[in-house]
Amino acid sequence: MKFKLKIWKQRDAHSRGSFVTYDLDGVAPEMSFIEMLTYLNETLIGKGDEPVTFEHDCHEGICGSCGMYINGYPHGPVKGLTTCLLSMRYFKDGETIVIEPWRAKPFPVIKDLMVDRTSFDKIQQAGGFISISVGAAPEANAIPVRKHSSDLAFDASVCIGCGACVAACKNASAMLFVSAKISQYALLPQGRPEGKDRVRAMIAEMDKQGFGSCSNTGACEAQCPKQIKLFNIARLNREYFKAY
Amino acid sequence: MITLDSKIPEGPLEQKWKRYKANAKLVSPANKKKLDIIVVGTGISGAPAASALGELGYNVKVFCYQDTPRRAHSVAAQGGINAAKNYKNDGDSVYHLFYDIIKGGDFRAREANVYRIAEVSNQIIDHFTAIGVPFAREYGGSLTTRSFGGVQVSRTFYSRGQTGQQVLLGAYSSLVRQIKEGTVTMYPRREMLDLVVINGKARGIVVRNLITGKIERHSAHAVVLATGGYGTIYYLSTLAVNSNASAAWNAYKRGAAFANPSFVQIHPSSVPQMNEFQSKLTLMSESLRNDGRVWVPKAKGDTRPPNDIPEEDRDYYLERRYPTFGNLVPRDVASRAAKERCDAGYGVGPTGLAVNLDFRDAIKKQGKKAIEEKYGNLFEMYKDITGIDSYTEPMRIYPAGHYTMGGLWVNYDLMTTVPGLFAVGESNFSDHGANRLGASSLMQGAGDGYFILPYTISNYLASEIKTPRINTDTIEFQEAEARSAEKIKRLLSIKGKQTATTFHKKLGKIMWDHCGMTRNEKGLTEAIGLIRELREEFWKDLNVPGRADELNQELEKAGRVADFLELGELMITDALNRRESCGAHFREESQTPDHEALRNDDEYAYVAVWEYNGDQPPILHKEELKFEFVELKQRSYK
Ligand SMILES: Cc1cc2nc3c(=O)[nH]c(=O)nc-3n(C[C@H](O)[C@H](O)[C@H](O)COP(=O)(O)OP(=O)(O)OC[C@H]3O[C@@H](n4cnc5c(N)ncnc54)[C@H](O)[C@@H]3O)c2cc1C
Ligand code: FES
Repeated sequence: MKFKLKIWKQRDAHSRGSFVTYDLDGVAPEMSFIEMLTYLNETLIGKGDEPVTFEHDCHEGICGSCGMYINGYPHGPVKGLTTCLLSMRYFKDGETIVIEPWRAKPFPVIKDLMVDRTSFDKIQQAGGFISISVGAAPEANAIPVRKHSSDLAFDASVCIGCGACVAACKNASAMLFVSAKISQYALLPQGRPEGKDRVRAMIAEMDKQGFGSCSNTGACEAQCPKQIKLFNIARLNREYFKAY
Repeated sequence: MITLDSKIPEGPLEQKWKRYKANAKLVSPANKKKLDIIVVGTGISGAPAASALGELGYNVKVFCYQDTPRRAHSVAAQGGINAAKNYKNDGDSVYHLFYDIIKGGDFRAREANVYRIAEVSNQIIDHFTAIGVPFAREYGGSLTTRSFGGVQVSRTFYSRGQTGQQVLLGAYSSLVRQIKEGTVTMYPRREMLDLVVINGKARGIVVRNLITGKIERHSAHAVVLATGGYGTIYYLSTLAVNSNASAAWNAYKRGAAFANPSFVQIHPSSVPQMNEFQSKLTLMSESLRNDGRVWVPKAKGDTRPPNDIPEEDRDYYLERRYPTFGNLVPRDVASRAAKERCDAGYGVGPTGLAVNLDFRDAIKKQGKKAIEEKYGNLFEMYKDITGIDSYTEPMRIYPAGHYTMGGLWVNYDLMTTVPGLFAVGESNFSDHGANRLGASSLMQGAGDGYFILPYTISNYLASEIKTPRINTDTIEFQEAEARSAEKIKRLLSIKGKQTATTFHKKLGKIMWDHCGMTRNEKGLTEAIGLIRELREEFWKDLNVPGRADELNQELEKAGRVADFLELGELMITDALNRRESCGAHFREESQTPDHEALRNDDEYAYVAVWEYNGDQPPILHKEELKFEFVELKQRSYK
């Protein structure tokens, strides 16, 4: 297959970026989007051109490293897939594909398609944990948990921290990300003792990092590669109100 | 010259760790604050180690090359984590878990270490549960388990097909809690290039800041490597693509001996390679073999669609050859059996290099929902990659490089041959002998980090309380920095024609063909020559664009490949030296009449420990393995 790729190139956080167009031939439909970009880079290096910088690691949709706007959609147009699992057979031969980094103030561009997502770590650091130190845990089955709650907690905890929710949101809100963590702990008895402090601290940090507020548009849910549900945000709001 | 002292405590097996802990030296809280520890790696061994040491009050600095600790390769582990809880009342115990690991490793691991990891396994589950890891549960609210290969009990705790993610995120949550407390400082996007040894002790590391390209010096009273395995040496493997051996390899060059480098696990079930551009082989968890049945057609070249092949024309070769363990034989056995069928011409799919993993019977019996509940995400991932729906058609699978049992040699304290340098998780060689059983790596990593290292490192640091903070202006730091800078300069100055990836692929092929699932004298000897030629070509014709003082992903890759090109030779040397088959190390010259691995205990019941010797061939040391508590037997899963 053959593609025209319009890719955002930016030297560093302080420089201005712009689109550069590359023609790429010889793409196989089974290639993943990441493999296609790797192939592009191999060709560019061969020609003495500068390769495109982008992140990827697991290639299994679980580490959350990869992520870029593809034709305007975070992780591309196919629902439930990360960039690394998006295969080229979803694109039309000859198509022009526009590729950009996440665009959100709390995710400054580092280079090309690579952005800085440490603001997510900061939010988690504010309260996304249960304060039990090694050695202090009771016997695991001493804490029975209703299967339904445990399953819901799991569904929330599959978030890979890729940032697509923020990128999809017109307000650059991190509510889906935060709500997934809050929900996981709110649904488990182990998380209850610190519940109020946690939700206050994480929301405060989210604001401090410059993420926008939620206007319930739902773009985050639609673009989340792990299909984290919007009702987690409702649970987050409930937890937040209860905390004051 | 190094001397090996495994420091195994005296006494009966069940008493060793208890005695060790009772006699270990302690460090007072006031002194802990004055002691610095570097932890390199934030996977399922590093994140637990760093957070546990932070909780104790040490001053911890943690490094990883990802942008955040949460993305360490451990996040991709799928199937589960073992513990000897015996919640199923099926006769499990610490002893059974210990025995299964020793046997699964084909009697090439150290008894005392294995018993200890089995002993702490239950605490790991308690701890993860307490910090909110959502393991699968029964309707009554208790935790549930499933079975994995090589065992006859159900002891694997899991979170659907993404257990690694759940336990890693749990460990990460404890880590960020310590970062907030101020006991741990996180240095992401740093790649360790060298180890700094001062007066014979590990005192720091040199890292490259991957964003600025600047080389930084960091010092500590002790250094812990939790840098994972080197399975990516095959280029195509189930590991995250950036996984590499550089930290361990450079520690080796500074005096940390490398044990059993050729012991590599080839996992039987990954999505088969589809084209030459492929960068990664995706694992399909072993847990699938709980319900999936492995088969190939009975007739050669039977190209009918799998669902059209009737029962009588199918060869369920694992059930046929191993009636007791059936589809749940250990990985090395399952991988070789698949290779045997494919080499004999019975393979399926377009390349003939694949076998079927069929869920038809399980779905008929348990219903689609039950199967979805257990493996939903794996079925989805398989479909994303291949376009095939495995609820209605069998998966196609083939073996792939997966896990390295070999690694830095450590004693009972998890300390390498460099005093003050510790290795935990997949980066050490400690517990899995010649083959690792499924779901025991997460266990080992977390056990090392949470429950073992905190005792053993304190025991070491107790004699360091008078050592002031280590200065980074010493000649040793300068030299380490200069060495790293020189290597980078060399890589950038070649300006040849081939990319790092091209060389990596070539190396991968040599390793896979000659030092993969099966090995023989001729192939290995040939491979040594091939790898030396390739290394020469690399240093003449490598092309790395860009500069040293900027973000440069090609430079990162090139540095890793340069180290792999050296490690590969050591792996082959080790495989040549061991003229027996054991576990995953299958020397064609040494097999039973029915093609199982044939050990030679008289000559090879030792750990092969290699000491770096500059330009000269490495020096082999042998740690004799004494089996005092189990009887050495020919492994049988029939
Ligand atoms: C697909 C897959 C599925 C698996 N499933 C299971 C399973 O179900 N159960 C099980 O028990 N095991 C499983 N395993 C094995 C298990 O996941 C790994 O063995 C284990 O996670 C390794 O953990 P680790 O902490 O040793 O290293 P890793 O998780 O590999 O972490 C390495 C860390 O070191 C850092 N690092 C490495 N080199 C450097 C350097 N030079 N400088 C700075 N930082 C560095 C990295 O950034 C990273 O943080 C699986 C493995 C794979 C590949
Ligand atoms: S590379 Fe890990 S999620 Fe895409």
